[in-house]
Amino acid sequence: MTTVLEVAGSDAELRRFLHGLPGVDKVGAEARAAGLGTRSIKTTAKAWAIDLAIRMVDLTTLEGADTPGKVRALCAKGRHPDPGDLSCPAVAAICVYPLMVPTAAAELKGTGIHLASVATAFPSGQAPMAVKLEDTKAAVVAGADEIDMVINRGAFLSGRYLEVFEEIVAVKQACGDAHLKVILETGELVTYDNVRRASWLAMLAGGDFIKTSTGKVSPAATLPVTLIMLEAVRDFRAETGRQIGVKPAGGIRTTKDAIKYLVMVNEVAGEDWLHPDWFRFGASTLLNDLLMQRTKLTTGHYSGPDYFTLD
Amino acid sequence: MAFEYAPAPESRAIVDIKPSYGLFINGEFVDGQDRNKTVNPASEEVLAEVSWATPEEVDAAVKAARAAFAKWSKLDGKDRAKYLFRIARIIQERSRELAVLESLDNGKPIKESRDVDVPLVAAHFFYYAGWADKLSHAGFGVDPKPIGVAAQIIPWNFPLLMLAWKIAPALACGNTVVLKPAETTPLTALLFAEICQQAELPPGVVNIVTGAGPTGAALVEHPDVDKVAFTGSTEVGRIIARAVAGTPKRVTLELGGKAANIVFDDAPLDQAVEGIVNGIFFNQGHVCCAGSRLLVQESVYDIVLEKLKRRMATLRVGDPLDKNTDIGAINSAEQLSKIKALSKVGEDEGAERWSPPCELPSNGFWFAPTIFTGVTQAHRIAREEIFGPVLSVLTFRTPGEAVEKANNTPYGLSAGVWTDKGSRILEISDKLRAGVVWANTFNKFDPASPFGGYKESGYGREGGRHGLEAYLATH
Repeated sequence: MTTVLEVAGSDAELRRFLHGLPGVDKVGAEARAAGLGTRSIKTTAKAWAIDLAIRMVDLTTLEGADTPGKVRALCAKGRHPDPGDLSCPAVAAICVYPLMVPTAAAELKGTGIHLASVATAFPSGQAPMAVKLEDTKAAVVAGADEIDMVINRGAFLSGRYLEVFEEIVAVKQACGDAHLKVILETGELVTYDNVRRASWLAMLAGGDFIKTSTGKVSPAATLPVTLIMLEAVRDFRAETGRQIGVKPAGGIRTTKDAIKYLVMVNEVAGEDWLHPDWFRFGASTLLNDLLMQRTKLTTGHYSGPDYFTLD
Repeated sequence: MAFEYAPAPESRAIVDIKPSYGLFINGEFVDGQDRNKTVNPASEEVLAEVSWATPEEVDAAVKAARAAFAKWSKLDGKDRAKYLFRIARIIQERSRELAVLESLDNGKPIKESRDVDVPLVAAHFFYYAGWADKLSHAGFGVDPKPIGVAAQIIPWNFPLLMLAWKIAPALACGNTVVLKPAETTPLTALLFAEICQQAELPPGVVNIVTGAGPTGAALVEHPDVDKVAFTGSTEVGRIIARAVAGTPKRVTLELGGKAANIVFDDAPLDQAVEGIVNGIFFNQGHVCCAGSRLLVQESVYDIVLEKLKRRMATLRVGDPLDKNTDIGAINSAEQLSKIKALSKVGEDEGAERWSPPCELPSNGFWFAPTIFTGVTQAHRIAREEIFGPVLSVLTFRTPGEAVEKANNTPYGLSAGVWTDKGSRILEISDKLRAGVVWANTFNKFDPASPFGGYKESGYGREGGRHGLEAYLATH
């Protein structure tokens, strides 16, 4: 619908649109998320969900201490998460800092695993626009095919929606063919109304994915925040025909949690989103728990954490 | 690719259903004369044989309650509290057993009996246990006295929860009771009788007589009953009101409803849709306070309907013991035929009927979640209680029209208001003639909150401090 896509002429227009979205009742949204969390996913359904979750992992390392050695190890893990079981699928992507992109690109060549780089002065985004764009371009040139940018939360919280919008548009342009994931940093937006507005803003500006968090701010991803974002992508597609992906990141550590997210994707956005093209988990420790539960399901017993690689 | 949830059934091995049950009179199970069967409405499998109490057996139960009253009413409040606390704790300890049995006998999803019914039952006993030694501070005089023997008749929609609503305040105030569960759902009341034994409650304080209408009539008409408490249909409520008229018996009635769930255009729509679904499909719509009339502001009608239909398509109807089931079985063949008949009326009157595609089991009693659009106040489905998973959708243009339509019913048990505007919640709630008004939520219960109706929805309040009044000789 053209009306939706033409609201970005000024702060006032954007404000009218974003503040005209239906509000979110906090109690009700949290109750709905908790209700979905009580689904009981067993046996065949669990096996299916675990493999899908593994295929949706953006295996991530974002540390000051990252080195090419560490990144190479992570890429190896992403290709064959369980070296002892070749039926185990590979992860969706490896997610690193821009400086690590060349190393990861060499490792992932020909594997079909995507290479995501955070950019735009991640995690704070507190850098001049030119720097953010250079950051993005450098990552793409070095081989990243997915860019995880952060929005300007300061601008968003002070109501300078147009500024946030224009930054996303510019970064999207700098991405070229690379997919753009827009990190809302919901832990800093705080209210669900803000999460809904930021989701729509990011989608209107051309983001391909909306992502909850950098992982550097607490709380990171939560089920209710993801619920609001899934409702947003569902409603956005109904209105515009464009499908946008969702990526909760940070704080998802167990298979049980991952399955709760998949149930929510299934029942809120719908099965069209149950694919690594449209839903990702930004995680590092989650993968080994998925592998442990996978082994438990196939062999019938638990093996210790020492049987899974630490990278 | 579709995410198919594998069956996740709760084990029924935890509950030991006896082949046959007697009546619980004076602390013991005694064999009854008239044997009948109770079935699982999800499969029509016979669960057990139960006795339908004859007038003589009802008389024995009332006599036992009368005998026990002398001592129980004289017991210190703090000692009565000990028994109630003990019962509450045993309910928590045996919660899974109670939940499975409730789902088997009633047909409601285990998710609900486990997460709503049984926890509320325990909470109710804990709450009234707390009042037992504080009655002189409840605002009903310095030393309020119990009434005597209470005859309590409860419905089949929340068998154990309605038992708790009746028995907990009665006992806390020092009354003794004879309780009749509904004929289609007697089993959890009989398990509760075992819990009374386990708690070493003095014999005769709680008596449970299973049976149908004639058992209830014998109980209500018994001359030595001091108080009648009934939850059920307005039709039976009228019969009871007539039966006790001219006698000194005190009576409280909690009857039917046709609640309006009002959605304004500034409502949090996604949560409102959850509230609409919860309002009418919770417990298969077998809820006296169900939000069975959706009043939606015309300016958001299309989007609300679209969201509602999409949400309804995700409801899982089927095996009540499956932990992923959202909607279970209709409680009885009789109720199913009532729902079918009124739905037929809705179609004949020209309302548009819609249900999501959903496969219903071949055995048992089932009805797909259903909405009727294009309904007006003149339609019977907007006026009569259907007591099933059937929602009538009406529209309004202004707040005044919403209030007028909401109140334009002989009932007045509950209502819902959905808006992001706090001042509107206060204004509308004040004008709604309904015992409970929920704002931006629906079907929320708490033992501390009084519950009861206006007009033909009954009189008296249950729950909270107000609920004590029904069991104290205050005038």
